[in-house]
Amino acid sequence: MRRLLTAALVLLAVPALADGVLDKLPRAADGHPDLSGVWQALNTAHWNLEPHVSAYPVVLDLGAQFAVPPGQGVVDGGKIPYLPAALAERDKRFANRLTDDPEGKCYLGGVPRSTYMPYPFQIVQGPRDVIITYQYATGFRRIFVGGKEEAPLDSWMGWSNAHWEGDTFVVVVTGLNGLTWLDRAGNYATANAKVTERYTPMGPNHLRYEATIEDATVYSRPWTIRMPLYRIVDDDYRMLEFKCEPYAEEKIYGHLRKPSSTEGASK
Amino acid sequence: MKRHAVALSVLAALAAFAAAPAALAQKASTQKPVAHKRTPWGEPDIAGVYAEFSIAPLERPVEFGEREYLTQDEYAQFEKQRLNAVNEDVETVPGTQADVHYDMGTFKLSQNEGVTSPNMRTSIVTVPKNGRIPALTPAAAARRDARAAARKGHEFDGPEQRSLTERCIVWPSTLPPILPGGYNSNLQIFQGPGQVVIQGEMGDARVIRTDGRKPAQVLPQWNGNSVAHWEGETLVVETSGFNPETAWRNASEKMKVTERITRVADKTLEYAFTVVDPDTWEQPWGGVYPLTEMDGLLFEYACTEGNYGMANILAGERKAEKDAAAKK
Repeated sequence: MRRLLTAALVLLAVPALADGVLDKLPRAADGHPDLSGVWQALNTAHWNLEPHVSAYPVVLDLGAQFAVPPGQGVVDGGKIPYLPAALAERDKRFANRLTDDPEGKCYLGGVPRSTYMPYPFQIVQGPRDVIITYQYATGFRRIFVGGKEEAPLDSWMGWSNAHWEGDTFVVVVTGLNGLTWLDRAGNYATANAKVTERYTPMGPNHLRYEATIEDATVYSRPWTIRMPLYRIVDDDYRMLEFKCEPYAEEKIYGHLRKPSSTEGASK
Repeated sequence: MKRHAVALSVLAALAAFAAAPAALAQKASTQKPVAHKRTPWGEPDIAGVYAEFSIAPLERPVEFGEREYLTQDEYAQFEKQRLNAVNEDVETVPGTQADVHYDMGTFKLSQNEGVTSPNMRTSIVTVPKNGRIPALTPAAAARRDARAAARKGHEFDGPEQRSLTERCIVWPSTLPPILPGGYNSNLQIFQGPGQVVIQGEMGDARVIRTDGRKPAQVLPQWNGNSVAHWEGETLVVETSGFNPETAWRNASEKMKVTERITRVADKTLEYAFTVVDPDTWEQPWGGVYPLTEMDGLLFEYACTEGNYGMANILAGERKAEKDAAAKK
């Protein structure tokens, strides 16, 4: 009877999920929370995971609308526990962010950066796998639930195995290639990183997102970021394409262009 | 990597090679859906990782006329021919342009070494009846010619003059309608309540609602705007609202694509498609081919991140220009 009731609730929940604000935590047929939906972070973690005051834009001509907005940070304890050499490397990356941040080249964001970039992402929770598609650079993750798949090679988005701990969806990410950054301030992890993400419903329309990053090559201890994620509740919301490749071409290939030719930027 | 082969070209191709040929004799589907397992919410379960490649060419060789299927003997012969054609070692002269290519033979590979779907059809295209893509309308031919004329002499000026594929924007083999491409001809399908995710190995994942509700506002998208509904055992996906620059096979932004995906055997889906664009083709056309489930996982295809090809193409041309100027 209880099972029947659950099934009925699932059926009821489906149209509501497509239609905006939910008043009950949606659950899948197996009883776990249904995380399906379009989500987005609402903070400045993409600028800098650590607490930061506002700052000049990386190119002064971009003016106030591209200045760095302030934020209280999302790191437990405030600071990332870098080893001294790694801290120097972070500062070097910050200094070279205009040329070196892979975001400027439209490269895949990796994990956890893709979660708190200023763009939405969509979770589709199936009976066997959970899929996450990110608007930025059309990032894609297949998350193996209850599985123990090993990464055959390192990749930008890594290799994700997940399990449930109560209502928390725990995703262990390995096989990251270490070429991504963690934010626009030069914070980083290497290919040795293991990222453990925890998605916990705070209610029908909010998730608590936590990611613990372990990487003994650059940190003195594992550290954790934490933030809410918000469901996009607009009726009829569809995640549109943000194919950023054309916007990065001048940056990547501009020096190889025929000098007299038209730049994409002038279109 | 314990249980699964990874369909990332090299690894998967090697792993799958041994299993492929034995299955080929089976006749292509008869469009009859089979009852299979259901999702927990009661829809046909079509999720899986599938191979698109079969020996059927896109367009039917003229000599077959309106005949849709090969005989067993013809199939055996045709298969041999097709596989030989792709496997053939071509000797090229070092230092010539012909010598510079991605030669799969170097790695003792060919494009059919992945899972090959059994398919006795004479072509993928089945509408119109001659199995050939209808002629372009005069307006579409004019668009095509204008595009080619604008590009002529500027092919290597900058990235914008290169193809969308070289620019890592879209792949003709993965936007709807999906057609088997040169390599990585695989796709994966996932399902959640009210959603289907379709991703070609080379391309973007489409997350498609299955409630059939069209978006209130259609904005041009490289891969179009897709909505889906179920008709019995068949998932019907309708896509319109393409970016005019997508121009798939010279299509206009008014192209409408209908895909119909049906399970026809335990390990086989049938993928059928129809393309309608009166601004481009004299008549609607479409086709059908099988998707064969494979025991493997798809690997991330990070295109722009590894796009040395674009840099090399442009750098090569700049070098050639410099050399030519020095000779003067």
